[in-house]
Amino acid sequence: MQSLGIRVLFNVKNIRRLLEGLMVTARIAFISILIGSLLGVVLGVIWTAKRKWIRSICRIYLEMFRIIPIFVWLFVMYFGGTTALNVDLSGETVSIIVFTLWGTAEMGDIVRGALKSLPQHQVESGKAIGLGFWELYRYILIPQAVRRMLPGAINLATRMIKTTSLVVLIGVIDVIKVGQQIIEYSRIEIPTASFWVYGFVFILYFAVCYPLSKLSRMLENKWNR
Amino acid sequence: MKLNWQFILDSLPLYRDAAWITLKLGFWGILFSLAIGLICIIAQYFRVKLLRSIVQVYIELSRNTPLLIQLFFLYFGLTKLGIALSENTCAIIGLSFLGGSYMAEAFRSGLEAVSRSQIESGLSIGLSRAQLVRYVILPQAFSVGIPSIGANCIFLLKETSIVGAIAVVDLMNVTKDLIGMYYQTFEALFMLVAVYLIMILPLSIFLTWLERKVRYAEFGNQGSV
Repeated sequence: MQSLGIRVLFNVKNIRRLLEGLMVTARIAFISILIGSLLGVVLGVIWTAKRKWIRSICRIYLEMFRIIPIFVWLFVMYFGGTTALNVDLSGETVSIIVFTLWGTAEMGDIVRGALKSLPQHQVESGKAIGLGFWELYRYILIPQAVRRMLPGAINLATRMIKTTSLVVLIGVIDVIKVGQQIIEYSRIEIPTASFWVYGFVFILYFAVCYPLSKLSRMLENKWNR
Repeated sequence: MKLNWQFILDSLPLYRDAAWITLKLGFWGILFSLAIGLICIIAQYFRVKLLRSIVQVYIELSRNTPLLIQLFFLYFGLTKLGIALSENTCAIIGLSFLGGSYMAEAFRSGLEAVSRSQIESGLSIGLSRAQLVRYVILPQAFSVGIPSIGANCIFLLKETSIVGAIAVVDLMNVTKDLIGMYYQTFEALFMLVAVYLIMILPLSIFLTWLERKVRYAEFGNQGSV
């Protein structure tokens, strides 16, 4: 019977449910990567400020996410945040909030690094021809910085996608939770279901992350020369 | 928000034990990761046939899938095929599987930083293979690789927060139990964050310091080439 365990994956209903779960995961990842990148650019620009206390605040904000695991943040928000603010947030909302905050911090660091790596004369020349702050960033600095930050940003996206697997632990019905339900459901019929279902989810994540990290490496090789 | 300090005091032993487990798992995970990383980099650097391709596949698989899925697959999936592992063993295997590839990348970045001319110069002044490795390659590779190895250690220590998902009594599970049993949400979360800060903040500060030292060495190095 063991060799037939894979039939758990040939069940149309199971596959459809897994894909529905995947949509939830994808939604969380997509929204938080999108908002995180946009806010991250803003944060990165703020981060290049001359005033030291502004930079310190940005730094502390980033380190909070670097030192304390994301899973702990999910916990703090899910159990503590909702109680403290006396609001009822779903696990999905909490996940999006935490991932967005984290993405913003990391993206801010990437953008800051890219902006700082641009030669100073770019800023000065821009100012010399009379560009304002907005024009300077819009036409001179950001377009040049994009090249330098894109590989890092794509890497960050894969990290965020991988981390979305944690949302199952705060009660979101994502692809893993659906997988667990299928395993429970077919426990008697197909005892080896867990092997195949988890294997399938494993491959799903790989199929998304592998092309992205390949792309990031390709861009890095191409532009670093 | 008023914290119940008596409760925090009473829960200290629980957190101490859990932190101890986390550190123990982290220690073994890091150790085995270093070993796996070393094997990988040797296979790649000396272009060992077959092993090199296996290593390549392993690195891609490990870097592009989340730890949670790796753990679920090991703990729930493999059991069904007759390979039963205890949760602690699983956690260590999972962490090493994940960390090995990250360590290999760190080693590689170090080795790649040693320029071809350094090796050729070493050979031309008559150093033996062993001397070359000992006096030319390793010192330079280390100075570049150490910060990323340190960052990986912190990364792995943070990743241990996930092993609670496969029934290890870790910090996350203790926190969840305390919240569930006593409704002391803020106290439990406060302790959770505090313990992670105590474990990782000193490491992070030390690493920043080390990185600065190493950068210094690197700079002098570039000047002399």
